Amino acid sequence: MKKYDIQNCRVISNQPISPDIFSMTVEAGPLADKARPGQFALLFVPGKTLRRPFSFCEIGKEKGIIRFVFQVRGSGTARLARIKPGESVNLLAPLGHGFDLSIGQRALFLGGGIGLPPLLAAASFRKGKAVLAAGFRTRENVILENDFKLAGCPVRIATDDGSYGQKGLVTDLASDLAFDVIYACGPRPMLHAAAKLAESRGIPCQVSMEERMACGIGACLGCAIKLRGISGDYYGHVCCDGPVFDASSIVWED
Amino acid sequence: MTDLHVKIAGVVFSNPVIAASGTFGFGREFSEFYPLSRLGGVACKGITRFARPGNPPPRIAETPGGMLNSVGLQNPGVDQFIRDDLPWLKKQGTIVIANIAGSTPEEYCEVAEKLSETDVDMIELNISCPNVKRGGAQFGVTCAGTEEITSQVRRHCSKPLMVKLSPNASDISEIAAAAESAGADAISLINTLLGMRIDIRTRRPVLRNNTGGLSGPALLPVAVRMVWQAARRVKIPIVGLGGISCWQDVVEMMLAGASAVQVGTALFRDPYIPLKIIEGLSQYLEKSGIRHISDLTGKVQSW
Repeated sequence: MKKYDIQNCRVISNQPISPDIFSMTVEAGPLADKARPGQFALLFVPGKTLRRPFSFCEIGKEKGIIRFVFQVRGSGTARLARIKPGESVNLLAPLGHGFDLSIGQRALFLGGGIGLPPLLAAASFRKGKAVLAAGFRTRENVILENDFKLAGCPVRIATDDGSYGQKGLVTDLASDLAFDVIYACGPRPMLHAAAKLAESRGIPCQVSMEERMACGIGACLGCAIKLRGISGDYYGHVCCDGPVFDASSIVWED
Repeated sequence: MTDLHVKIAGVVFSNPVIAASGTFGFGREFSEFYPLSRLGGVACKGITRFARPGNPPPRIAETPGGMLNSVGLQNPGVDQFIRDDLPWLKKQGTIVIANIAGSTPEEYCEVAEKLSETDVDMIELNISCPNVKRGGAQFGVTCAGTEEITSQVRRHCSKPLMVKLSPNASDISEIAAAAESAGADAISLINTLLGMRIDIRTRRPVLRNNTGGLSGPALLPVAVRMVWQAARRVKIPIVGLGGISCWQDVVEMMLAGASAVQVGTALFRDPYIPLKIIEGLSQYLEKSGIRHISDLTGKVQSW
């Protein structure tokens, strides 16, 4: 069986869930069996040179469906937002290494903004044994709160301006929580804070990283990320060495 | 029955579609999609004497009709390539072209010498990488530099030698002539055009290296023009590349004077594009009553 391949998927739904964030669900067939939380797909965009990488947000094995939640950032993602139910999208998937969800007893999911989607896919594997701390800029940016609750994951929310949940940093939400592993996805400074939090508690931390990407399979070496190696720092690649990394393997100061 | 075979510098390719250096690694990742024997050949990621770390990220940016990259020749070095990658690649039943790069003529020569003792089918001399501080394009943008590096490597290279030319030169036909007179068996063109994008919000260049190489469909007319100009000047075979994304582009490139082509950036949209191009070429030849694909080479009826 091929590790990854391209396939056309019929779009079941594609609609906004916040001013600039869309939720797209597709019929994925056998891909829904193969896909793991933390892995991603490259979506073909008509008229563009490069595909766009999106993490799996929900993997519905029984129904054979996959959900993506993506932010409209430029003309490519704007084009994807215009795809209508019944049309198809071309995926290259599943790509990269996902989360190791067998670690620890009680997980803290730390998510910032558009970093939440891959954590939702992971949360359904840790039902009743996880809590989500999520950070957003402001009230209207809050996404997936109910989805995490439905996945059996209690939710704490912080916003930069205090317009929803607690005012402040997402890591502040975790100060009184008990957990023995962290799974995090979000802006790099937040992930760095997650890494420090894990280090201070002496627990493992897995982070899902992002970088501009071309081939998605480790051939073009475009999506470089500085990693710690036995014989010094080196550039690994988000698409094939990640996108999920052990937080201690990343050179955060880069 | 149509014939897609082409012969370049004594090397026989089963079809004229070669995966372009830098987009295809050493082939392993793409062999997940299809057997590499379906391709005419594979031009490996640029190889240097010692491992190179590459440039800091971001290394990639999409542009209208193309993309910029500043990977910066990240590679494991020639010894590791010969030990770990070449034996596997040679078993795939395709023509293997080793693309070599360096900072000094001595480095190029050492790499060429080491590869001459292996079973690679051909060496592609990369004197046109725009993403490294020393070497690379420094040689390829002048006739004197092209001649110097080509003639030196020629003395250390017993394999068919193809020189990959930079489009960042004032007169491509003179550069092509310099490569030919210095002993190149073939030339490939064009490498990426030097480009830049700036994020107007942060006022920072999008690439951490500030500048990078432009590739993709936007390059095609520049590449066709340069292949056409070079073909009028030199007798050695030309491998055309730059922006090819469908079989029609290949026909165009061959009419301009190319004997074969390389496909690179189009792989990122569709990793199966080489197979689709080969199929399209085959049908085109059949419909047009052309027996050999090489009959297309240089057949543009210029005004």
